[in-house]
Amino acid sequence: MTGNSEKPLTERMRGDGSAVDLEAYELAGGYQAIRKVLRTGMIPMAVTEEVKTANLRGRGGAGFQTGLKWSFVPRGRDVPNPTYLVVNGDEMEPGTFKDRLLMERDPHQLIEGAIVAAFAIEADIAYIFLRGEYTLAAERLARAIAEAYERHYLGKDIFGSSYSLELYLHLSGGRYICGDETGLLNALEGKRANPRAKPPFPVVAGLFGKPTVVNNVETISCVPHIINHGAEWFNGLSKTKDGGTKLYGVSGRVKHPGLWELPMGTTAREILEEHAGGMRDGVKFRGLLPGGSSTPFIVEEHLDTPMDYTEMPKAGSRLGTGTMIVLDNKTCPVGMAWNMTKFFARESCGFCTPCWSGLGWAERILKSMEDGRGQPGDLDKLAFQAKMWSPGNTFCALAPGAADPLETSMKYFREDFERHIREHRCPWS
Amino acid sequence: MAIVYVDNKPCEMNPEENLLHGCLSNGFKLPYFCWHPALGSVGACRQCAVKQFKDANDRLGKIVMSCMTPAAEGTRISIADPEVVAFRGGIIEGLMLNHPHDCPVCDEGGECHLQDMTVMTGHDYRRYEFDKRTFRNQDLGPLVNHEMNRCIQCYRCVRYYRDYAGGNDLNAFASRDQVFFGRSEDGVLESEFSGNLVEICPTGVFTDKTLKHHYARKWDQQFAPSVCVHCALGCNTDAGERFGTLRRIVNRYNHEVNGYFLCDRGRFGYEFVNSKVRLRQPVLRGRPTSAALARKHLDQTVAEGRAIGIGSPRTSLEANFALRTLVGADHFYSGIADPEAKLVRLMLEILRQGPMRTPTLREIEECDVVLILGEDLTNVAPRMALAVRQSVRQQPMEAVKKLKIPLWLDHGVRDAMQDAKGPLYIATPYRTRLDDVATATFRAAPDDLARFGFAIAHALDSGAPKSQDWPPADEIARALKAAKKPLVISGTSCASEAVIEAAANVAMAAHAALSFTAPECNSIGAALMGGNSLSAAFQAVRDGYADTVIVLENDLYRRAPSAEVDSMLKAAPHVIVLDHLSNPTTEKAELVLPAGTFAESDGTFISSEGRVQRFFQVSVPQIEVMASWRWLKPDHWQNLDDVLRAMGRALPELEAACDAAPSSTFRIAGAKIPRSPHRESGRTAALVNINISEPKAPDDPDSALSFSMEGTPEQPPAALIPFFWSPSWNSIQAVNTYQKEVGGPLRGGDAGVRLFEPAPRNGQPYFSAVPPAFSPRRCEWLLVPMYHIFGSDELSLAAPGIRELTAKPHVALNSDEFAEGAEVEVICADGTFRLPVTIQREMPAGVAALSVGISPVVGISLPAWGKIARPK
Repeated sequence: MTGNSEKPLTERMRGDGSAVDLEAYELAGGYQAIRKVLRTGMIPMAVTEEVKTANLRGRGGAGFQTGLKWSFVPRGRDVPNPTYLVVNGDEMEPGTFKDRLLMERDPHQLIEGAIVAAFAIEADIAYIFLRGEYTLAAERLARAIAEAYERHYLGKDIFGSSYSLELYLHLSGGRYICGDETGLLNALEGKRANPRAKPPFPVVAGLFGKPTVVNNVETISCVPHIINHGAEWFNGLSKTKDGGTKLYGVSGRVKHPGLWELPMGTTAREILEEHAGGMRDGVKFRGLLPGGSSTPFIVEEHLDTPMDYTEMPKAGSRLGTGTMIVLDNKTCPVGMAWNMTKFFARESCGFCTPCWSGLGWAERILKSMEDGRGQPGDLDKLAFQAKMWSPGNTFCALAPGAADPLETSMKYFREDFERHIREHRCPWS
Repeated sequence: MAIVYVDNKPCEMNPEENLLHGCLSNGFKLPYFCWHPALGSVGACRQCAVKQFKDANDRLGKIVMSCMTPAAEGTRISIADPEVVAFRGGIIEGLMLNHPHDCPVCDEGGECHLQDMTVMTGHDYRRYEFDKRTFRNQDLGPLVNHEMNRCIQCYRCVRYYRDYAGGNDLNAFASRDQVFFGRSEDGVLESEFSGNLVEICPTGVFTDKTLKHHYARKWDQQFAPSVCVHCALGCNTDAGERFGTLRRIVNRYNHEVNGYFLCDRGRFGYEFVNSKVRLRQPVLRGRPTSAALARKHLDQTVAEGRAIGIGSPRTSLEANFALRTLVGADHFYSGIADPEAKLVRLMLEILRQGPMRTPTLREIEECDVVLILGEDLTNVAPRMALAVRQSVRQQPMEAVKKLKIPLWLDHGVRDAMQDAKGPLYIATPYRTRLDDVATATFRAAPDDLARFGFAIAHALDSGAPKSQDWPPADEIARALKAAKKPLVISGTSCASEAVIEAAANVAMAAHAALSFTAPECNSIGAALMGGNSLSAAFQAVRDGYADTVIVLENDLYRRAPSAEVDSMLKAAPHVIVLDHLSNPTTEKAELVLPAGTFAESDGTFISSEGRVQRFFQVSVPQIEVMASWRWLKPDHWQNLDDVLRAMGRALPELEAACDAAPSSTFRIAGAKIPRSPHRESGRTAALVNINISEPKAPDDPDSALSFSMEGTPEQPPAALIPFFWSPSWNSIQAVNTYQKEVGGPLRGGDAGVRLFEPAPRNGQPYFSAVPPAFSPRRCEWLLVPMYHIFGSDELSLAAPGIRELTAKPHVALNSDEFAEGAEVEVICADGTFRLPVTIQREMPAGVAALSVGISPVVGISLPAWGKIARPK
């Protein structure tokens, strides 16, 4: 299962940065998956099964089995209706820009994926919940949705079948927490985007209290290809047990920051050195956050770990969104920790105490260290706070996501933190 | 019950509840903030964390929030585990980061849940060294004070205000550690239940603004169990006093009645007790006199003349009975205007006969289909409106149960339920404050409301008399028939016997509970006391049959047109009035006896539920006032017990009043029940610069309560709980420790005795007097009464906070003839009033609703026909 160079998600994308239009998408085999599903009389459970077998894992960062999630949707006559599909396009993780590419450059791929996924879960209504600042994606998605409606790929009796689906594009008001599965649902309902308690899980009582599946843009974009080529093919794209290709990104002081579709399980070293061209001249690699700012640091010794959902935890981290942020020796790790913590503190919804209270405190401690006002004991306070943000201690995953980079930066760059306190200054400033 | 192991100790817990509920019910000191027994769990504050273990061999465990975890059989948890103790310490530290060090100047100090929980968690040292966040506070009106810097972001306020009480002008704004709980701009809180924020808020963000005007710490106040005098529902309260001033009213939990909540009229109306127009001394012919001389004059006048007594529905059974005894039963007259008295008697008869049962307020919350016939509950029986607001969740809750979402998981339930509301039908002449949760509303004149009711009853049971075919009536009938716990609510607001009878028919046909509102705190008691009609009293005086009128706590100018009262009082050679506030009637009196208010008297009320309840005096008044019954009683009645016994003998139906509370001889281990909290402040040292010996506490011959902090440390019976306090629990949330199971009945049973428990149906006939359909007149309007929570109640009008919020009297109607806000003249038999117009498009043609009880619209008899015209 190695050496595959297929790039189903990005192969149609144009060099000039414009969107793949409907003609081009169809010419390249687009809307065949939904035709196949509806014209060959596939039943929803069969589509779900196929996706399950394909080992498609949620690309939003949590890596939950997509087919398994779909199989939890209650089906049958007694189920409250409508059932909803929500595509989570609220990409706001610092360092992450993969969904943006998919939505700006190949919007029909997402729309087709949404139709197939909606069919699989027997949804009546689908939403694309889009980050408000993604204005270009909004424009292109809106146009693509209109085109799909014109061709009756959306709306009543799609492809002459009895299946109907309404698809709406919703622009977020703009908070990080709106990207949380349940915070998103509250936001979509027009409420404060505080995450919700589980249970009830969204598949049971989600949007407007009805069964709802929330999937990431990249996840949904994979779906048509699984249907077109089969689960086995999809598994074959990957280097590991998690199926498919993955959009990997690199930002930081590397020679060629960017985004590449590569087989799932490509190592961090390969991405960093072969695709991003290695570190810029004059700077040295110190560590990286593999999947956005809410994943734990990995360092040199972990670079050969395959970047997937199964292997990364063994290196003490997570794949997250697969878009890495690289720390070099010319950048202050305390400053980086402060910057990230500031982000999380700002984006805390204000619901649970360890998050709203602790993040603000940690932000202020880190700032004071950067300003040369750090004190002995600060690291203990930070470590204590990070522990307060452990999964289960807080209401949702925002604060645990803030704890991971902070804890690991203190672990791998402890001397740098101590120097700030000892020398009453930031050695990098 | 499930067995849950808490630090290896097996404990019985309710498996339908969460672990926090179970731990608190078992007496464990587990701190919490965002959870509240009436609001359920949301998991925001993370303060109630415990360690949960998979089984007896699991040493590792994991931290869970006890409020978010079911108390399932066999669950093993630890409260004492060092890791979770440290976690809870971290939470309280986080909550305290921004909390100001202003306890000494904070009104909440000494009864603050945050203080209690901070001490319980052991947090005593601040490691935070940065600036605290600050907010601008808002002016929320005269009742509730706002001090946002103290906020710990527990979300209880908005959950109570919006989700529970249906308000929408208080919300959470912004995010992170800067969430602001307030209104979008300064302004009076719109909810009639805003005062509960004071008790819901775990710290000093929302405090009682009326208390602020005469502040005293909880530990410095002296309390007594009381019963609200501002409507007929009989909500239980505790009244707090210091140095002769009534300081505030707080909720006294009664599982069956008010639960955790009061309305704002009930909470803040108390200030009439401290009013400038209080009568503080007997006045004989315009001159102050002594109590002894006043009593002598009373005795002489009664002995020498032909005296009659006019009772009152706003004072105790005891006071009414003492007057009845003084003048003789034949000369005792009801203090209620004849038409209203007739309505109350009718309701009483219906409740006595059954088979419809009058539900408690808690039972109303559990009803799944409700029909309101003729009542604007929020303005007449406010706490009942809050109960009905909960009832509309019952049917949607069934769907939630099917999803296996535990009902205590508040946000989970609300996420699943969304805006679904159970059937609530409201049929009234005009708009009501519950319309927003109604399935359907129906506007009609009183006679048509009655016909509508008759139609529903007929649709339910063809044996019930018919009015006309009415499709909405059929829909309501179907809903009532399908209900598990149907309820019909009606009352005196439409001043229509037909409406009450129609409601009774519906309830009987639907096998539903039947709840009536009544106008005043002891309307039901006064009706049971009986007496001749008020018009007969006027007649007796005018005819010269009586030469002395003794008026008991009753402003007759609110009962009859002023010309009639004037002529009657003029015809009476001797007018003796007992009351607590100066009013037009006291001004006409030869002798005024200053009566004790609820705060200076003991006595018994009967609520509209038919619940007999006792209130107790808070302190020994430093002014020359006494309970009315004490002014009027014969010499051989020594104390309250004697009055009650005599009353029970004379009026057997009122014998239940003896059981409303333990008698004066009740003791716990030989000790009385202290009215004052523990010796905490050196209060007894306040006068040592004058005299080092502590003055003896006054005796209380009438009750088992003492006027001091000395007494039993045990939990008293519910009727005798002056305040809620227990070790570690200084805030009102100490009530947890007074309940058998948190949120359930008080230990030993809740206060009050129910009077009406009718037998099942055995042939009671339907009412059959179906009124003819209402026909509007060409040049006249049918004037119907319209009530206001702030304004229509006589006593609370004398409370400055309530007075400030008093509704501007107006006339509501549906007409193109007048513009909104235009001044009109309303001309009816009882007078001419100039009032602004409010246009309500949904009102029936030919019907106008008149604000009543607020000057100038007092003492008039409605419904009546009248003219409405532009002023000349």
